[in-house]
This record gives sequence, structure tokens and C-alpha cells, in this order.
Amino acid sequence: MKWFRDTGWRHLVAVLAVIFSLGPILFVLSAALNPLGTLSSSTLVPSGASLDNFTRLLSGTSFPHWFLNSVMIAGLASLTSIFLSALAAFAFSRRRFTGRRTGLLFLLLIQMFPQFLAVVALFLIFSEITDLWPGIGFNTWWGMILLYLGGALGVNTWLMKGFFDTVPKELDESATVDGASHTGIFFRILLPLVSPIIAVAGLLAFIGTINEFLLANLFLRDGASKTLAVGLYGLVQGSDRNTNFGMFCAGTLLTAIPTVGVFLYLQRYIVEGLSAGAVKG
Amino acid sequence: MTTLLEGPATRALPAPDEKSASALGQGIKIVLLGLVVAIAVWAAFPLVQAEYWAGLGLLVAATAGLLYLYLTPRHVPAKYLVPGTIFLVVFQIFPVLYTASTAFTNFGDGHRGSKAEAITAIQTASVTRVPGSTEYQLKIITKGDALAFLITDPKSGQVSIGDATGLKPVGENPPTGWTVLTAGQASARSREITDFAVPTSTGAIRSSGLSRAYEGKAVRAFDPASDSIRDTATGKVWKADDAIGAFVAEDGDRLAQGWKVGVGLANFTRVITDDTIASSFLGTLIWDFVFAIGSTGGTFLLGMCCAIALQSTRMRFRGLYRILMVLPYAMPSFAMLLVWRDMFNTDFGLINNVLGIHVDWLGTPITAQLAVLLVQLWLGYPYMFLVTTGALQAIPAELTDATKVDGAGPFQAFRAIKLPLLLVALTPLLISSFAFNFNNFNAIYLTTEGGPFPADNPNAGATDLLITYTYRLAFGGSGAQYGFAAAISIFIFLIVAVVSTVSFRRTRAQEEVYS
Repeated sequence: MKWFRDTGWRHLVAVLAVIFSLGPILFVLSAALNPLGTLSSSTLVPSGASLDNFTRLLSGTSFPHWFLNSVMIAGLASLTSIFLSALAAFAFSRRRFTGRRTGLLFLLLIQMFPQFLAVVALFLIFSEITDLWPGIGFNTWWGMILLYLGGALGVNTWLMKGFFDTVPKELDESATVDGASHTGIFFRILLPLVSPIIAVAGLLAFIGTINEFLLANLFLRDGASKTLAVGLYGLVQGSDRNTNFGMFCAGTLLTAIPTVGVFLYLQRYIVEGLSAGAVKG
Repeated sequence: MTTLLEGPATRALPAPDEKSASALGQGIKIVLLGLVVAIAVWAAFPLVQAEYWAGLGLLVAATAGLLYLYLTPRHVPAKYLVPGTIFLVVFQIFPVLYTASTAFTNFGDGHRGSKAEAITAIQTASVTRVPGSTEYQLKIITKGDALAFLITDPKSGQVSIGDATGLKPVGENPPTGWTVLTAGQASARSREITDFAVPTSTGAIRSSGLSRAYEGKAVRAFDPASDSIRDTATGKVWKADDAIGAFVAEDGDRLAQGWKVGVGLANFTRVITDDTIASSFLGTLIWDFVFAIGSTGGTFLLGMCCAIALQSTRMRFRGLYRILMVLPYAMPSFAMLLVWRDMFNTDFGLINNVLGIHVDWLGTPITAQLAVLLVQLWLGYPYMFLVTTGALQAIPAELTDATKVDGAGPFQAFRAIKLPLLLVALTPLLISSFAFNFNNFNAIYLTTEGGPFPADNPNAGATDLLITYTYRLAFGGSGAQYGFAAAISIFIFLIVAVVSTVSFRRTRAQEEVYS
């Protein structure tokens, strides 16, 4: 009884939580391995092991394209947006200028407008862009990346500003005395010191972009230009919902692989970075 | 610091080895600015071709501004802020302001263009075939997504291209840049083709089948003197009403095709004055709060319990538990939402299979609401678990030890010491989580799509958040109402902004803003 009050209940809570966490994932796994590949024949425990769903997915759909599109769009957009965000955070943290407070509050407020309701306007803008420069218009990586960069300044800027603030100012001052310029301070002192938060913010931005559905669904209509979210959603629409379920689950697992990998690799940083106030998008 | 990427910030303190070290920085700078100029030149050609002089002027001004900013040693903060701000202005602020401005108009299906466009559309739509009129040979041609008619006059042999702006004679057949649709491709778009009409002076040219076209006469004609539309067959008259942007007959009948006009605050007052909308808006608003608070609170409580359980250093398998618990966080959430939707399926869903019951989970309001909250709990608690773990580690061990010395039990110690500290540390996070969930479009759209819907109101379902409700108004099947949707999104903005600002003010987050 003493053992239970001390450690036993901890194991009980942990085991229950793990069951809750793993249940749906196990279901996805067994549905992906299910040789029949339908929703109605999927069970919690794998009923058989076959890679049919994976081969059907890879050869029968544009999944490899979707995967490449998603990784490239999310990768480039999150890298660039983190860099832009870090630049702005540096200015907000280290420089004093008119409009600084207003700028910070404005960044917070603009987040609260449901941005996708601006899609009508965005759609009109992109129709013009597609006419003038088809290379950065609808159905292109660059168009999508530009669109996502519109949200580069925002929550992440706040997060990084908070972290920059924790680095003592004396460090910059002594560097200035030694002859460092502001770019030198930014690239050689601050960036290396806040690399954990950069890694976490980058990962969060990546997860957020790869999961983004609404804008991608409106702007990427062409079969081969779709992202994973749009493509996989299309697999389980309407009457295909039952038959394609195995393929959909196989796609889900493949989509998770890069994220889980980076996630396990960065686990140490993530606890540290998340408690500073990032939100999963 | 010996290496410089640019000149020193304070010119009074020149660095000793400035010249040699800043060469690299200067090089990078020149390359980047060269890239900016190259992109500007690339972007300029199509603008010149399309004769968009205003756009070209803007491009030149923006490029010149950028060059000036990065070549002058002054305006240091702007150097860091401008790159992100450009994207923010073009792809966020401008679209948001544009959307907000449509909240004061009746923009939507049937009210898209100008009055002249509406008149043309009404006249063209009313075209009927006059017996004995000429029949043309028709080919359907496309360029990109755009359709057009390629029409050959049987008498003169003149080939013309016709689109929504009118008929233009062309030399070659087919005209350069256009491709002729095959019969199969054309029949796939037959609905579009049937609706397609090329306006002419007396009526319009419409298709009859896929290879013939005829010129018909407009039955409804616009009379500029009385500012009204007259049906020549029935004699009925619809008068233009510029306040609502539509043609209205004396008996109240309205033509579907109207035009865009400013309606002032009508969209905003409609939320309060229109009874169906008022009641569904209020219900949705309440559920939205329940959902946002429930999701945030539920995930926080469960996450905190797990974090506390895993806090003991004497416990075995801690690392393993932790990794397995946070796995949902790493799964693609859009896909898992769809998987959950199917797990709640009545006929073949996992939950009914495992429990051996037959419940229509997403079919009744209460179970659907519980279901989406459960899904949110699953998706969100690993994040709260990670965050609380981090925050708990930051609480000094001396504090807990001190409470032990004072004779407090573990539960008392938690309530009196750890919980308040946790809440202080995590309140900003909980607020942003609330704001995020208040507008969590995916969570609803990918699971219940807002349903189940009451029989008498297909526009507001039991699990609808304001954001999915608005989405349906703007893009839903029953006709787009962008103006009204924009008005509601302004309401959403105000609600979230007020809640967040008030809560931020009550926490130390406010101090951090101004530090």
C-alpha cells in the first residue's frame, strides 16, 4: 500500500495515459497493415500484415508528389519565416524606436483576426499574380510559400523576443566596444545563444504548415501540386471513405515519420522551448 | 568580436580590423541586394507587357526603397523589420482590411459586380431562341481555365471568338494560344457550356448542344429612363433599388442577379435583428466558449496530472512513458482528425466495434459535442504535458522541501505552492491556447463539419464554432454571403481580442510586453 501511494499510482496514471495516447495510433497502424484496406474491416489489433496499402498508395496515387510538395513547402516556408521572425524579434528586443510598443501589440492583434476569412481577397490577389507571373501563382510551391510567409511575423516573433530578452544586454555592449556591428551581434552572439528556441519554433512552424489544410485546399487544385493534407483528404471523400481507409492510414504513418524523427531528436529542446509559450498551430 | 558583417553600429568606435573583416559581410550584402534587383527586373517584364503602370511604379519605388535602406548606415531597426513586414502587409494586412471593408457591403453570390454587369447578365440569361434565327457552327475552346466559343457563320464563313465580353472576329482557326476541346472534354464541362452566353447587341449567342449555337433575343431588357428591367413577354417590370443592389418588382419579387452596394451597418445589425440568425449566433457563441474553455482546460488538467505523475525521480521507465505519451503530438493532426471521425462512425467505427454497441456518436448534439472534446483532449494533452513538465522543473525544490518541514501533506503542498506558481507561468500560454481553440477550424470541419444540424436550420449545427459557421456563410452551398461573413469575422476578432487583452492584463505577460 505504501508502494502504491508512493510510486504505484504514478505508474497507473502513466499507463492509462499511454493507452489513451496509443489507442488511435495502433488503430491507424493496423488499418494501414490491413490487407483488405477498408474502414469496415479495420480493427484495433492488426488482423493480418500486408504492405498492399502502401504499394497501392505509392503507385496508384500521386502520394510521392504530395510528400515532396509538403516537405518542400513546409520546410522552406518555416525556415524563411523563422529567419524573418528572428530578425524582427532582434529589433524589438534590442532596439528602441518609435512605434515599438504599437508594433508589438499590433502583431498580437492581427493574429486574432481569423485570417482565412481573408481568402476571398487572397484569391483575387493570386488570380492577378497567376496572370502576371504564373511561376508564383496557383498550384506552385512559391505561391504557397509566399502565402505562408504572410504569417511569418506573429506568435514566433513574440516567443523569440522573449528569449532574446533573457540574454543579458551587457553581452552586446561589450561586443560593441570590441568593434562588433549590429549584424555581428545578431549573427554571432544572439543567434547561437538562442538556438534551442529557434529549433523549437522552426519545428512548430513546420508542423503547423504541414497540417495547414484550408488555404492549401483552395490554392492547390492541380493533382500533382497538392500537399499531403489536401491529397490525403481527397482520398477519404464521399464514397471512397470506406474503401480507401487503409491507404489513407498508410499515408498518415508515412507523413508522421519525418515529424516523429525530428521530434525525438529535439526532445530535450522542446520541453525548454515550449514552456516559453509556443502554441501548436 | 573580431569578425564583422557590416560597418560598426557606432561610428565613434571604429573597430581596429574593420576593413579586412567586413569584406565578407559587404560581399554577402552586395549579392543579396543584387538578387533583389534581379527579382524586381524579372517581375517588371510582365507588368510592362500588361501595361500595369501603377504596379510598375510601386515595384520601382519598393526596390529603390530597399536599396536605400540597406545602403545607408541609418534606420537600423527598419533593416530588421522590413523583410517580414513586406510579407505581412501584402498577404495579411491588405487581405484582412479588404475583407473587413466588405463587411459594409452586400458582396456575395448575386451581388458580385457592378450594376452594368448585372444588367448584362440578366439580359443574357433571358435570351430565348427566335424561330428561324441563324444557326452557327460551334467549337468550344479553352485557354487555361477560361472557356470561349469559336463560332463560324454559315453564310459568310467568318470565324469569331466569343466570350463574356462579346464577339470578336479572328483570322486563324483555332486562334493562337487556345485549344479546341474534344467531345469528351466538352461534355465533361457541359453545364458550364450550357450556361455560357456571348452578349450581342440584341441578345446573346448560346449553345444548343455541343456543336451548334444560335443567336437569340433577350426577353428582358433594361430601360435606362425608368431605371428598370422589363419582361417583353409578360410585361412585368422590376425597378432598380440602389439601397439593396437588386431589381425588385412591385409584388416584392426580386431578380437573383444584383450588384454590389454599400449597406452600412446592416450586416452587423442583422446578427441581432434577424431572429433565426440571432438565436443560432448566440447558441454557436456559447458552444464556442464551452469548446475553447473545455479544450484548453481539459488538456491542461490531464497534461498536468501526467506531468505530476512522472515527476518522481525514483520512478522507472520515465523516459519511455514520456515518449509514448507525446506521440499524438507528432502525428499529423489533420489526418488524425479524419481518423477520429471514422472511429466514431456508427456502422464500422472502432468505438462501436470495441464496445459492441450501435450509437450514432456524431448524430446527436450531446454525443457529438463530447466526441469533439475528446478528440481535442487526445490531440492537445501531450503539448500541455510537455509544457507543464517544463514549468514544474523550473519550480525550485527548496519550496517543496520547506512545505514538508512545515508538515504539509503532498496534496496540500501542491495546492498551496505548485499550482499557483504553475498558473502564473502558464497563463499566457493558456490564453493563447484559448484563442487558438476559439477559432479551431480544422477540429470541427474535419470531424463533424459542424453537424448534427437541427431540422429547421441547415446553417448552424450543434458543434459549429463561429469560424465554421462563418465559413459556411461565405463559401457554403446555399449561396455565398461574403459581406455578412466578414461582419461576423469582425465580431470574432473583437471577442477574441477582448478576452485575450483582459486576461493578459491580469497576468505578468503585460509587463513582459513593455520590458
